[in-house]
Amino acid sequence: MTKTITEINEKISKGDAVVVTAEEIINIVEEKGVEEAAQKVDVVTTGTFGPMCSSGTYINIGHAKPRIKLGGGACYLNDVPAYCGFAAVDIYLGCTNLPEDDPRNRVYPGKFEYGGGHVIEEFVAGKDIKLTATAYGTDCYPRRKLETWINIKDVNEAVLFNPRNVYQNYNVAVNLSNKLIYTYMGALKPGFGNANYCSAGQLSPLLNDPLYKTIGIGTKIFLGGGVGYVVWQGTQHNPTAKRKDNGTPCVPAGTLAVIGDLKQMKPEWLRGTSFQGYGTTLTVGVGIPIPVLNEEILCYTAIKDKDIYAPIVDYSEAYPQVKPGALGEVSYEQLKSGKIVVQDKEVPTAPLSSYAKAVEIAEILKNWIKQGEFLLTEPVASLPGPESGLTFKLLKERPIE
Amino acid sequence: MISKRIVLKFPHRLVDQPIVCNLAKHFDLEFNILKAYIRPKEEGLLILGLSGEEENYNKGINYLKKLGVIVQSLSQGIIRNSTRCTHCGVCITVCPTEALVLDTSTRKVHFYENKCIACELCLPACPLRAMEVHY
Repeated sequence: MTKTITEINEKISKGDAVVVTAEEIINIVEEKGVEEAAQKVDVVTTGTFGPMCSSGTYINIGHAKPRIKLGGGACYLNDVPAYCGFAAVDIYLGCTNLPEDDPRNRVYPGKFEYGGGHVIEEFVAGKDIKLTATAYGTDCYPRRKLETWINIKDVNEAVLFNPRNVYQNYNVAVNLSNKLIYTYMGALKPGFGNANYCSAGQLSPLLNDPLYKTIGIGTKIFLGGGVGYVVWQGTQHNPTAKRKDNGTPCVPAGTLAVIGDLKQMKPEWLRGTSFQGYGTTLTVGVGIPIPVLNEEILCYTAIKDKDIYAPIVDYSEAYPQVKPGALGEVSYEQLKSGKIVVQDKEVPTAPLSSYAKAVEIAEILKNWIKQGEFLLTEPVASLPGPESGLTFKLLKERPIE
Repeated sequence: MISKRIVLKFPHRLVDQPIVCNLAKHFDLEFNILKAYIRPKEEGLLILGLSGEEENYNKGINYLKKLGVIVQSLSQGIIRNSTRCTHCGVCITVCPTEALVLDTSTRKVHFYENKCIACELCLPACPLRAMEVHY
């Protein structure tokens, strides 16, 4: 049995497509078997809602009168520095940037109450944002200073463009040391006091298409409550990572670069986020539809938490010092039970990624497709898979004489 | 028997008086101090677990109110902002009393206000800053 995306789209347009979430497909396959399920189901929707630090937005603010060229100057949105090394009025705001007067970790652990991620959330929510900029002035762009409110409805373009999102699996963070540490995986208590994990597991997009057979460049997705696209593999994409027989990697592996019109997105699905002692970020909602083109693809989507494994990594020494070796691996079923056993010690677990919200995203996307509002796209190119030989490199430092 | 967690706000003039001691002496109430501090304008703030016979408890509370102490239930003091909370669950291992619990079937976080001791550890631990203090 095989189907094409064109055939599936015809069904979607007629309102006849059978669409289920990556959670629902598990029972369907158990009840009906692979063959029948693959015939019946056309699309499986996935979802994830977690902190994704390589996220940001580019904005064209429109030309001022007289003109100003921000390129080569400096620019701030609600006092958070934005990058302006482009043409005159294009700027990019990353979610981890902080106001210059934020004390960071000088008062340890820093609070990081407000940064780029919070500006993005407020901008999407339609709030006025204070833009301040200085420039050096040219004959054609004479102005040197700009202070104004901007609003998402008035700017020319506001585009969410995230170079790395949707990590395919992630570490389980623990702390082997004897002091409390503050990390991007949350506060970790000494001596294996807690274990924090961050993946939607069986609902996570790239764990449902582990070998990137359907998700590719050009795939249309749910992004931040609006519509977006996969534009490239994400940075640090590591398709050659160690995998289980079911295809899923048992360490962090693939990633996606995604883009979408920020003006259509919703603050509910793009949330400014603060990690004590670490910094700010953006919690991003992403949902990706997987067309059931054949039985093999269907089998991938029926993956269960108990068959997906994550490595346990010490964030007090091994992670910061880049020392190899995990402390073991655990399944998402174990992680979701609330406790795991590490070196004979029972350790309570906590997630950073909201499974409840991932379910909501998969449901929203399911309804968009069912109602014929969202057609699937054929990827224009594939993402590099395990056969590409592509690996994730560390920085090779070379002394500067 | 009645047992409640309450927030008491003392005006400036009462800060140096042994009021809580009187609750035990005259009303036969047991107290467990969870938190106490004096704010910049010398108003006192005290978070107490208070228990005893219902009649005595009510008399004790009346005594406090007559003195001018503002009495508030602790459940009105630590609040989860439901629009900020994403139910991620990172707070559950931070909370020392299991007042914040992740339901294993719905995968949603429940906040049991009656178990909260106002330690405020969840406030900085919540990445979405969904936990708020209102006292």
